[in-house]
Amino acid sequence: MLEFINSNIQIIYLVILMIFVGVELIEKVPSVLHTPLMSGANAIHGVVIIGAIIIMGQADNMFATLLGFVAVILGTLNVVGGFVVTDRMLEMFKKKK
Amino acid sequence: MNSQILQVIYLIGSVSFIIGLKMLSKPDTARKGNLVAAFGMTIAILGTIFLYEGILVSNYGWIFGGLIIGSILGTVTAKKVKMTQMPEMVSLFNGMGGACAMLISAVEFRHLTHANEAGNLPSGELLIIMLGLIIGSVSFVGSMVAWGKLSGRVKDYSLSFQQVVNIGLLLLILGAMFYTIYSGTPDVATYFYAIWTMSVIYGILFVLPIGGADMPVVISLLNSFTGVAAAMGGFLYDNKVMLVGGILVGSAGTLLTIVMCKAMNRSLTNVLIGNFGGSSAASEGSEKFGGTIREINASDSAILLKYASKVIFVPGYGLAVAQAQHVCHELEELLEKEGVEVKYAIHPVAGRMPGHMNVLLAESNVAYDKLVEMENINPEFATTDVVLVIGANDVVNPAAKTDPSSPIYGMPILDVENAKNIIIMKRSMKAGYAGIENELFYQPKSSMLFGDAKKTLTQLISEVKAL
Repeated sequence: MLEFINSNIQIIYLVILMIFVGVELIEKVPSVLHTPLMSGANAIHGVVIIGAIIIMGQADNMFATLLGFVAVILGTLNVVGGFVVTDRMLEMFKKKK
Repeated sequence: MNSQILQVIYLIGSVSFIIGLKMLSKPDTARKGNLVAAFGMTIAILGTIFLYEGILVSNYGWIFGGLIIGSILGTVTAKKVKMTQMPEMVSLFNGMGGACAMLISAVEFRHLTHANEAGNLPSGELLIIMLGLIIGSVSFVGSMVAWGKLSGRVKDYSLSFQQVVNIGLLLLILGAMFYTIYSGTPDVATYFYAIWTMSVIYGILFVLPIGGADMPVVISLLNSFTGVAAAMGGFLYDNKVMLVGGILVGSAGTLLTIVMCKAMNRSLTNVLIGNFGGSSAASEGSEKFGGTIREINASDSAILLKYASKVIFVPGYGLAVAQAQHVCHELEELLEKEGVEVKYAIHPVAGRMPGHMNVLLAESNVAYDKLVEMENINPEFATTDVVLVIGANDVVNPAAKTDPSSPIYGMPILDVENAKNIIIMKRSMKAGYAGIENELFYQPKSSMLFGDAKKTLTQLISEVKAL
């Protein structure tokens, strides 16, 4: 346990700090923005696609190639769809002249 | 050299996620914030493709193929979706992310078992892979069920002892996971696939009994799950941008879920365990409340509206379904021209998602300051001549204040019953999404205007004009 904590100490710091940053960011959000914010956060966790790209890029057998390919498509859907939907929602909040 | 540049790119990406999320939480900067986050994502993706050590150039075709297919599909569906279907869309894309994390775990598990002797796998990596698999699967399947529910393809359904079954299954999954990791069993693969199957079943059972009205909260929760699943990928590849993005969404998403629950004055446990009952109470309304329903036609309603000095519109899901936001704005302008003061009362959870009504009405160019939030509009109902309830139900149900046995008891509602007249536009006498009767309809001040919101509003406009 002690060994595990010591060898991963940087990552543990990062995780804890990020938890606080995440909480801090959301603390005061008007309810109007709940849905767009959720949608934006949804797009950001699409960062999982980087894992899919790594798998795809290193794939040297059929199993990894196929699953990696599907994972890249799904991840891209999450990222692109997420950002576009959020933008469409927010487009409607633009100031009226 | 390349990997050093990549680390800098990841750093910029991570910072842009934080700044983007920060800007997203303020109305003025929200749209730019989304673009900032999208920029960070783009450089992180491109950086990985071209600079990550060990990416085979021969696989570029597959990578770009996947990216292009995903981008086209994603853009087309996101552009084509109607504003009323936004919640489903978010749920669907969230599920895609969960599925992605799930597949990553499946491939990495295979790599791990091929590189090491069975029974002697590195426990740290195995734990991360397993967690990614479980969380990713639950998020994927759960989001699909939530998507099905919101689009009306899946009905609410609960087994008896649902909670016991769910908790039992969850314990079983976790138990199997720790056994697989620490017992050194040679049969890791069998356990892995069993855990995968159980996680998928758990995802279904977790979301299925939760009432449709609570779906936004569930989607938000699953959203933070996917964040944590993405962070597992960050651990696995020691990839800081995945870690930052994942954890950030995990923690922000969890808090957002709690904030949403608060807006409905319910606790998260209450949402997850206390599922809304079916429509058992639906047809006994008239006996229960003693009153009768009074129907009103469009021309009488038009008279009430035109000669009022103050009118408040209460939009709900019915407005969204009927795509009536534009006609609604037209009626508002017409009445304003006649000298009537018109405002909109926006309940935080009207529609199927928090902020749903704001998005819809903003689309039809209703001025920002006309949309008044619940706390500010409630004192105004007493001085209002006519309240026009457009396809809203649960958010104006007095049972939330008076009937402790009601499933929505304790939820703050719009105090429309304080107004002099209440016109309720509804398609039929059917109960609202929570499946409960509304006493408001039986009050002497209330009258029902039946019909599709868009058609009825159009009628109202022509009647007001004709007066």
